[in-house]
Amino acid sequence: MRILTLAGRRLAASIPTLVLILIGVFLLLQFAPGDTVDAMMAQMGGGDAATAKELRKFYGLDLSIPAQLGNYLWRLVRLDLGFSSIYGKPVASVILERLPPTILLMTASLSFAFFFGLLFGVIAARGVNRWPDTLISTLGLIFYATPSFWFGLMAIVVFSVYLQWLPPGGFEDIGAVRTGIWRVLDIASHLVLPTLTLGLIFLAIYLRIMRASMLEVLNLDYVRTARAKGLDETRVVTRHVLRNALLPMVTLIGLQAGTMLGGSVVVESVFSLPGLGRLAYESVVQRDLNTLLGIVFVSALLVITVNFVVDLIYARLDPRIMAEG
Amino acid sequence: MDAVKRYFRSPAAVAGLILLLIVIAMAITAGWLYPRDPLALAGRPLVWPFSNPRFLLGTDNSGRDIAAQIFYGARISLLIGGVATAIAILIGILVGAFAGYYGGWVDNVLMRITEAFQTLPNFVLLLVLVAVFGSTLTTVTIAVGVVSWPAPARLTRAEFLSLRNREFVQAGRTLGMKNIQLIFGEILPNALPPVIVYASVVMAVAILLESALAFLRLSDPNVASWGNLIGLGRDVLRVQWYVSAIPGIAILVTVLAVSLVGQGLNDALNPRLKGR
Repeated sequence: MRILTLAGRRLAASIPTLVLILIGVFLLLQFAPGDTVDAMMAQMGGGDAATAKELRKFYGLDLSIPAQLGNYLWRLVRLDLGFSSIYGKPVASVILERLPPTILLMTASLSFAFFFGLLFGVIAARGVNRWPDTLISTLGLIFYATPSFWFGLMAIVVFSVYLQWLPPGGFEDIGAVRTGIWRVLDIASHLVLPTLTLGLIFLAIYLRIMRASMLEVLNLDYVRTARAKGLDETRVVTRHVLRNALLPMVTLIGLQAGTMLGGSVVVESVFSLPGLGRLAYESVVQRDLNTLLGIVFVSALLVITVNFVVDLIYARLDPRIMAEG
Repeated sequence: MDAVKRYFRSPAAVAGLILLLIVIAMAITAGWLYPRDPLALAGRPLVWPFSNPRFLLGTDNSGRDIAAQIFYGARISLLIGGVATAIAILIGILVGAFAGYYGGWVDNVLMRITEAFQTLPNFVLLLVLVAVFGSTLTTVTIAVGVVSWPAPARLTRAEFLSLRNREFVQAGRTLGMKNIQLIFGEILPNALPPVIVYASVVMAVAILLESALAFLRLSDPNVASWGNLIGLGRDVLRVQWYVSAIPGIAILVTVLAVSLVGQGLNDALNPRLKGR
């Protein structure tokens, strides 16, 4: 129960942050050249000033900026994100449609980066300054410097164009109607390359942190005790070192959630995945500012949620945190 | 002097410095080696690398010299990376210094704002800024700087928190020094080294952010940037993959060089933390 109160308190503390972000971005978007009505008129192929004025009145765009902001925040309380004139649907439903691929992609990349980062970090720390460590650390540095979109393109060239093992893009095969397990496998095969692409830089970060944290914990007294009582090395690492060395890794998930969401904008564009990131890009290009603001809201919400979950995991891994709270 | 010696003892740091010097040399010699506009038509489109001595790295889809664009691209990447980093570090130092020095409500307000910037994915904020202010070289550089300041701010704040009650600060206060004098004259010089080292991380990320933006065709299309070229090469990816491949390697090498130099500086300045 105490974990929940503690994490809940931090969750409550993030509400002002959320409001601050919304007000800031809302005011920022007022400086944008052209509004939704301009975009609509352009799509309709132009129109006269009277129609534009009527449309602005209909969407409440003729009010003063503070009044518009008040309206927006009040609608947000009722979970109404406004209307996207480009997609002809409420913004909330546009975003909801695009959310699953992004969440799937992020979860897959995070798991990939976390698992292999942990594995390689442990291997590197065990053989510190010998060839496995040098190899893994060098690869980590190179992965960190690789632009994700470029890696994605090169992966498409190798695995989709030359080897033809994996599809070059899309979320699923639209041509064939698949159900059940076949559909799952189809989606999975479409997500292999995007997952690797998005996860690569995080793999580099995780393995580095894991290596450093392993090296630190391996030198602590209690590890020497564990060795002294005759445990073999594997036991020492899995039972004693890992649990403590994991803490910085878990912290990192929370810190990197936003970066990962940002990275998915690029990766989804490379692999034409119909996700939230691609929607963000499209709404910038199409000047669909209502949708853009909605995406800002949802991505901030997503980051806050991830941090909430991380708090819970953290308290489970390290009981001392609860005792202090 | 010790730090310099320690720096040159690490092979990785020396390799990073050499790579960085090569990239800088490319940026300096671009105008001399390729006096013509890198975005002007140079020859037949899609010439493969090493097949025509006139175009060592081949030409892109519209017949522009790739090698020239790589050389001029070094200028753009270093310029955007450097200026954006300077902006980010400057804002970060100001926010972090005031928050850490004054504490109380100033700290509260500034940290709330920092938190807001950190909660919003920085690439999404970058998209918003570009959507609002357009994508010229100046606006993109400022935008990249504006999304990158929270981490340096937190770092500066932490340094200030640990330094603000030290004896030399108290001595200054007894001498009747003003707050501003204490912040910028006394504490900041002591708080600066870790922030400067961290600048290499900011610069690496800034270069990657700009190239991603350029790849999405949301950066300045009128300059020869590596990201632009990769985006262009995407249209001919299936066969002429080299158009995208070459500038990507340039980005990789540059970011690698910057991180290696940063890592080397860090190890040289904090020898106790080596190997982390």
